[in-house]
Amino acid sequence: MTTYHLEIRVRPRPGLLDPEGTAVHHALDSLGFPGLSEVRIGKIIDIAVDAESESEAVDLVEAMCRKLLANPITEDFTIVHRTDPALAGGAS
Amino acid sequence: MRVAVVTFPGSNCDYDCYKALQLFPELEPVFVWHRERELGPVDALVLPGGFAHGDYLRAGAIARFSPVMSAVDAFARSGGLVVGICNGFQVLCESGLLPGALLRNDTLRFRSHDVHIRVETVETPFTSAYSEGQVLRMPIAHGEGSYYADPNTLAELEGEGRVVFRYVTSAGEALPEANPNGSAHGIAGILNRDRNVIGMMPHPERAVEEILGSTDGRGLFESLASVLRGAVA
Repeated sequence: MTTYHLEIRVRPRPGLLDPEGTAVHHALDSLGFPGLSEVRIGKIIDIAVDAESESEAVDLVEAMCRKLLANPITEDFTIVHRTDPALAGGAS
Repeated sequence: MRVAVVTFPGSNCDYDCYKALQLFPELEPVFVWHRERELGPVDALVLPGGFAHGDYLRAGAIARFSPVMSAVDAFARSGGLVVGICNGFQVLCESGLLPGALLRNDTLRFRSHDVHIRVETVETPFTSAYSEGQVLRMPIAHGEGSYYADPNTLAELEGEGRVVFRYVTSAGEALPEANPNGSAHGIAGILNRDRNVIGMMPHPERAVEEILGSTDGRGLFESLASVLRGAVA
């Protein structure tokens, strides 16, 4: 068993109203930052999971996303491997 | 007739629902804690408002996996009457008993004030005491009440008369300024396909006595009482 550190990024689906992103967009505009065309806000979930292999760990986390972590009606998710030990919180 | 008020850690409208049900002598409210695996002998269920499990992750997302929810699911799928109010509506959407999802209000504000909603259909066990097109006044109190569903689902809800309540002006017009949260089609409440499960963001249980400022919510509990009475008779 190895402990795998995975990062899950959950985002509002494209085209879906994201009022939080819009509000931050306006705030950045009013601060004078140029060239801004879009701001979307999602969330990051860090998971450490014990598994026999990396693909098993990813399968497990994907199942977690489908069942609980993301709402398929409104959100998309991506799973990112966290190889940087600093990002992995030094747990491994 | 026993009506279970399903209570989660963080529910805060459970007693309001209990009291509202008590106004009707034929309804006997009972609390059912979320850790129960069985509902016992009940004739209807209310999932009250609040912030079940702190609304962490997404409103209703964690509550949906509470032990009691498999019993709720089985009860609803066997035709039992289920009312989800506010957080209860969010739980029903997360559980898949109702279609769609409730997103952050488009204003980004927690909206807590009276709204007007129009009764779009009385062909339901929850609105038979109202008349079609009737305009009701009752409070909302939510941060995530913006109803969202894909265009096909919205068309289905509209086509099958499953939009029960819509936000309107006091004159009964469905105008954008009457929509407090950016809900698609101004939707305030919907039904499942079998019309035995309702979810709504406004709080009928907070509008059942003069002292609360409105009695327009009574009709919902009255409809429920009369349907249950009929079922027994």
